Amino acid sequence: MLLDALTLQLGYNATLVAIGATMLGVAAGAVGAFLYLRKRALVSDAVSHATLPGLALAFLVLVALGGDGRLLPVLMLGSALSSWVGLWLVSWMGRATRLSEDAAIGAVLSVFFGFGIVLLTVIQTLSAGRQAGLEGFLLGSTAGMLRGDALLIAAGGALVLAATFVLRRPLLMIAFDEGHAEVQGLNVRALDLMLMTLVMAVTVVGLKIVGLILIVALLIIPPVAARFWTEDATTVALLSGLFGGLSGYAGAALSATAPDLPTGPIIVLMAFALFAASLFFAPSRGILAAALRHRRLQHRVHLRQGLLALAHGQPVYERLTQRMLRDHGLVRADGVATEAGRRAAAAALRDEARWQELRRADTLSELAPRDDGLTRIEEVLTRDQLAELDARLTPREAL
Amino acid sequence: MGAEFVTLSLTPILIGCFAAMACALPGNFLLLRRQSLIGDAISHVVLPGIVVAFLVTGTIAALPMMAGAAGAALVSVLLIEAIRRFGKVESGAAMGVVFTAMFAGGVLLLEQTDTSGVHIDVEHALYGNLESLIWLDATGWGSLLDPLALAGLPPEALRMAATFAVVAVLTWLFWRPLKLATFDEGFARALGLPTDLIGLGIVVMAALAAVAAFDAVGSIIVIAMFICPPAAARLMTNRLEAQIGWSMLFALLSAILGYVLAGYGPLWLGATASVSAAGMIATVSGVILGLAALFAPHRRA
Amino acid sequence: MSPLDLVTDHGQPVREDLGHLPLALRGVTVSYGAEPVVFSVDMSVAPGAMTAIIGPNGAGKSTLLKAALGVVKPLAGRVTAWGAPLASQRARIAYVPQRASVDWDFPTQVRDVVLMGLYRELGLLRRVRARHMDKVMACLDRVGMAEFADRQIGQLSGGQQQRVFLARALAQEADLYLLDEPFAGVDAATEAAIIAVLKSLRDEGKTVVAVHHDLSTVEAYFDRVFLINRRRMAEGPVAEAFTDETLRATYGGRLGDGLVARAG
Repeated sequence: MLLDALTLQLGYNATLVAIGATMLGVAAGAVGAFLYLRKRALVSDAVSHATLPGLALAFLVLVALGGDGRLLPVLMLGSALSSWVGLWLVSWMGRATRLSEDAAIGAVLSVFFGFGIVLLTVIQTLSAGRQAGLEGFLLGSTAGMLRGDALLIAAGGALVLAATFVLRRPLLMIAFDEGHAEVQGLNVRALDLMLMTLVMAVTVVGLKIVGLILIVALLIIPPVAARFWTEDATTVALLSGLFGGLSGYAGAALSATAPDLPTGPIIVLMAFALFAASLFFAPSRGILAAALRHRRLQHRVHLRQGLLALAHGQPVYERLTQRMLRDHGLVRADGVATEAGRRAAAAALRDEARWQELRRADTLSELAPRDDGLTRIEEVLTRDQLAELDARLTPREAL
Repeated sequence: MGAEFVTLSLTPILIGCFAAMACALPGNFLLLRRQSLIGDAISHVVLPGIVVAFLVTGTIAALPMMAGAAGAALVSVLLIEAIRRFGKVESGAAMGVVFTAMFAGGVLLLEQTDTSGVHIDVEHALYGNLESLIWLDATGWGSLLDPLALAGLPPEALRMAATFAVVAVLTWLFWRPLKLATFDEGFARALGLPTDLIGLGIVVMAALAAVAAFDAVGSIIVIAMFICPPAAARLMTNRLEAQIGWSMLFALLSAILGYVLAGYGPLWLGATASVSAAGMIATVSGVILGLAALFAPHRRA
Repeated sequence: MSPLDLVTDHGQPVREDLGHLPLALRGVTVSYGAEPVVFSVDMSVAPGAMTAIIGPNGAGKSTLLKAALGVVKPLAGRVTAWGAPLASQRARIAYVPQRASVDWDFPTQVRDVVLMGLYRELGLLRRVRARHMDKVMACLDRVGMAEFADRQIGQLSGGQQQRVFLARALAQEADLYLLDEPFAGVDAATEAAIIAVLKSLRDEGKTVVAVHHDLSTVEAYFDRVFLINRRRMAEGPVAEAFTDETLRATYGGRLGDGLVARAG
């Protein structure tokens, strides 16, 4: 069943949904990456919640004009307009008042959403008996998706993706260093506006499939997951698009296998699974790697300091230091240094003396920043440099 | 305003007022710590919390629901903090990851669960049912002094009042450390204050308010009250004590005006049915914030 | 004599008595990530003296101070104050953080900030009485800020903010004062006012430690220096420890502006 779903064998509607969701995921992941790198991930939350009043107003206008109110393109236009107003208010509050951006985001998202709910109750009373179906946009609903809807979503996703590709360089520049970008002649405000327009476009496109409460997940989770695997911004964007597409595709396919697996939440949970795997297992930034690294660093520090204490005849107070020395066979159980311990301590002391001398030697002192207490000087200097350093050391020691 | 008002509108208004104030109070500290959106995160994870509580206990009694919601709020806050600290993810993004995933999990669980016959759904969690919390035993203003009628108050009224009292007392008791740790964390830590614990305490206080409030009034009011009244109050004054006072006033104003507008506004306009009180309260709080942003004496730094 | 001869074969050497030192660090290592930013630092702060912590940017000066205060947790090493664990001596230690570390838009008045210095005395609920406010005003007066008591802190200049922070530390009536870059970004008048207050503290027998980065004023302001560049490079009276040789060792090839200023 799952295999059928993943190979798009579950019928026409499921295939439509899967194609739309994949396109949406790729677009959201790519746009979200730039938003995340710009450190404004949660602006998308304001954007998405702010669509609701526009959605409802568009519906009301359609009904007033005698339509059935569920014309997707018009609903999308209405949501885009109201989320644009919300965005403008967020940035206006940042400029006109002392409030920080997060407060402005929270205010706009809650107030717009609240007002949207007011309008929804109005619609409910108007269409008493008749199901307006706008609630479906809160959490998304793919049941009975039309071919035209799916095509619209896929095309919208592709359009957003193309625009993101064209704008990738300037967007990266403002994310990395706003001031520098401005000096280079980039219009930061205009670019921010374009980025927000892309975010808005993704939101509007995603309303039907994942709904306005969960669309932020597709904008935020894939880039955060991608960031764990790479230090390169362009790769973050690519990987994020890939993660987004994977979540959209797998989520849509999986939800087609059973009736009570709603598409939107499943897509979000797929993205979250990718995130969790990245968080734990990514090779350099992942938690496991970081924890191991920290432990190893701590052990190295304690071992080294223990050796130096031995060399200077100072007492060793800390349990961990004592344990490290014992475990490496450098001291006996009663705390007295073993033969190996004495040798290691002497070596550590010589290393320290060399580092100290290196700072005084004009020719070598530029290497002093490499001295972090743990790096052995042999790893930094060539044999010749080491000989030069030792030559400086010997007469001093003879004194 | 007579007996009908007391029966149908008094308790919802009171509940709305207590809920608004209970959320706005910790919201002041969240605002100053630039953690306003924690309120957003907490209110989203209430849904998975109540669904899990329902799955575990099989009932929709208030206590297990609140315990579930509180547990979910705590889990979300700890997860956000862990992802931020250990994954080195910026806090806004960490929040976005956690609350959306938990909310999605809640919706999925809800779909998987047979909840036919019990009143538990996404819409309810989002906008509550303030309008239904009426006081059937009331016959008029005199009922306020009638012990028998008072016993018939909706339980939400007492619960919300008690929550506000707890939040208020905690704020009063820990006022100095709260203010100190919010203003200058490094100094507070050098004094020996447990700043991490204080930070967690503020969030737990917010979660307590959110959890107690969502059942009666839904998540929308909760997020709006965490942010809008404190933000508007910040623009009115440069003293924290006065800011708290203003925020309480704005919370009250939003709750009362919002409820009245939702209940009676459409009637004045000739419509027959009322609109969502929760949504209207949030809307009014936004209008107050907008006015403050335009005209308040200390709106700029 | 090889240093190894110092290791006794008869068990541990005698424990060092640190009771006379207001602050002592032994083997303190701090890391925020992959490598130590402060490595195995020993520091002995002499009582009744003014000590400058000096080193290039990123050398771990502020980190060292924060580790000394327990604001950051070291990877290894220990900190004592008057020979006792830090936690038991907090009432005797005052701290002036970097000005930029707080949000000056916080809704509060100058007077309230200084009152925070009395937290250990006031606790959770004790009432603020006239004598407390008198003390606050006296501290503000000592840094020349008495007339600003009712100002909102956001309206102060950088120098005034720094003075308020110093007044808050004075209100703590401590024996040891730790200051993180007290002269960063302040005007000349403020710098003179702050150094006058610090010297008067020293003359009262208090101990003062400040992270400092202007090498040209070290000799005029301080009695002792502690040179750091990830490791302790030198420590002692200015005349002995603040020499061309120790500075070269600390600043390495980057003989920065400070050195030039000092020469000129």
